[in-house]
Amino acid sequence: MASFFQLLVSGLATGAIYALIAVGFTLVWQTSQTINFAQGEFVMLPAFFILAAMNAGAPFWLACLIGIVLSVVILGLLFKFIIVDPMLKYGVLPLVISTIALSLFLKEGAKDFYSSQAQPFPSLVPATDFHVFGIVVSLQSLVVLAAATATVVALHVLLTKTRLGRSMQATAQNPTLARILGIDVNRMVLYTFLINGALVAIASILISPIYLAKFTNGETLGIAAFLAAIIGGFNQVRGAILGGVILGVLDNLSAAYISAQYRGAFPLIILIVVILFRPQGLLGRIEERTV
Amino acid sequence: MLRAGLIASVLAAGLGLAAPALAQNTVYIPAILELSGPGAVSGTNFRDGMLLAIEEINAKGGILGKKIDTPILDTQSDAGISRAQIQKVIDNKPYVIIGPVYSGSVLVDMALAAQNEIPEIVGGEAAAITQKGNKYVFRTSFGQQFSMPKIANYIRDGVKAKTVSLLWVNNDFGKGGRDTFKKEMEKRNIKIVADISSESGQTDFSADVVKIKAANADAIFVYLNEEESARFLREAKKQGIKAPLIGETTLLGQKVIDLAQGAAEGVKGHVGLTVDAPVPAVKAFAERFKKKFNYVCDHNGIKGYTAVYFIKYVTEKMGKFDSKLFAQTLHGLTITPKEEPGVLMEATFDQNGDIDRESFLGQVVNGKQKIVEVLPKLGNSK
Repeated sequence: MASFFQLLVSGLATGAIYALIAVGFTLVWQTSQTINFAQGEFVMLPAFFILAAMNAGAPFWLACLIGIVLSVVILGLLFKFIIVDPMLKYGVLPLVISTIALSLFLKEGAKDFYSSQAQPFPSLVPATDFHVFGIVVSLQSLVVLAAATATVVALHVLLTKTRLGRSMQATAQNPTLARILGIDVNRMVLYTFLINGALVAIASILISPIYLAKFTNGETLGIAAFLAAIIGGFNQVRGAILGGVILGVLDNLSAAYISAQYRGAFPLIILIVVILFRPQGLLGRIEERTV
Repeated sequence: MLRAGLIASVLAAGLGLAAPALAQNTVYIPAILELSGPGAVSGTNFRDGMLLAIEEINAKGGILGKKIDTPILDTQSDAGISRAQIQKVIDNKPYVIIGPVYSGSVLVDMALAAQNEIPEIVGGEAAAITQKGNKYVFRTSFGQQFSMPKIANYIRDGVKAKTVSLLWVNNDFGKGGRDTFKKEMEKRNIKIVADISSESGQTDFSADVVKIKAANADAIFVYLNEEESARFLREAKKQGIKAPLIGETTLLGQKVIDLAQGAAEGVKGHVGLTVDAPVPAVKAFAERFKKKFNYVCDHNGIKGYTAVYFIKYVTEKMGKFDSKLFAQTLHGLTITPKEEPGVLMEATFDQNGDIDRESFLGQVVNGKQKIVEVLPKLGNSK
């Protein structure tokens, strides 16, 4: 039983990071119909921004700030202006292909300009354990869980309790009506890209001490975020959160209690079941579109 | 300078120009290595050791008056790509092929090289490589059938363990190691209480560590590649594993120690090759390597370096470039540092292409590998 709770905490921590990535994924989709297949690479890259800043002499906390700012500017602002805006008018498919091309460019770029080898990445806190009723819980897992949860809660408050957030939600739900109501839709869309830039940077800071900073990290993370978004519901932020958590916990529990070799298959089985029986996702809403 | 040369070589290889353009004054010895993907640490170390040897040999006039021309092709740590690269270089009629390091790639490639009667000097350690009757494949480090008995003796006599948990990577290297290790444990009546496989490139080891903790063995034997080893060690430290962590060469490598950031402290095991060996020639090589590449090389750097010197010694002994004769000559040959200082330590090749050398028992102390015992060549200990 102690093992089960340890796995649960560890899975929740990983799942919370997946949730962060998936939330950014769904936000960008909802406001701009951009399916960003470079989302995994977006999480991989800020770790290298941070390591580069540390190599230049910045302390870890300052390097993290620099990483977040660079991520917001490059993966938020520039991504929107250079890739999304010019391609969006040609439809979803060319944009999807563009983000696939971008993911390859970012991956190979990180390899060529930094290193093909994994790099150690500092943890936010030292490796300390807590012993509670025979259960060993690491401080690192708790901090990851807390940081990811705090970020998601802050985002939820922003989206539901502020005028800005409600404007962003209105833009996501019906851009035409939002425009009639006087909302600056283009600005709201831009904000979601900037938020995504910040979310992937935070996810990168949390996941890189576990994964090590490596140019291939985006492959796993991008797929996890995509699956989490579909399982939870592509058009709901809370769906992405639920999907991320399910994936993280399922991965750990299935590897421990069913089969380590087939751990990669279980999320796909869940995905198939969800598509068959609840295609809008666990918390998603059914959308009707005219064609 | 080195990087520019390397890029030029890779480009030349890609265009298929290397051998024909340079054939008159050079000997074509291509290398197929893991420069990206999960094997990048191994492949990069192997490559840099090899480049250092080539630079030294070429600076002294090359082999029999011919400079070594070594384009380096990336397998991306993928056996299929490795085979395609081997096919590409075979079309240019190489003298000898160096690499790959990953056993899975070696197992796929070596038949193709043998069909064309081209010797292949490889970094792979899977036992199966030299058990298929291939007369053209040669190792640069111990096969698992040589290293596992040594680690098994250490677990029985040094750690005095009665039970052991085994964590291995699910590729050809890991499966070969696991099968050989299990046999050696059975011979010594040591019970394996947890037999856990992990995936190549696996990032999250929390479930594996929980299972290992639950098994509560006297010792834990870890047989993973470099990056996975570091991720496992960090997770093991995070979850407070107390049992001794035992490894075979990789787990005690400097790259793993650096990546694990303190989590490798206290790890023990058998080391086939190491720059920390109490051998002056190895230490001098390690200094030259560090000066040139600005990092501490692991055992793969020694493999790459000595591979080139094996080729040099055998070729000069034959007095000509003859691939088939090279393979025949190297079987059963002992090369001493007195005859060829570049081999660093005395090495004997048997009729299967396996190599025998001295080896070491080591421990990670203060972020460094410390050698605590030198083990004799298996041939001497029989």
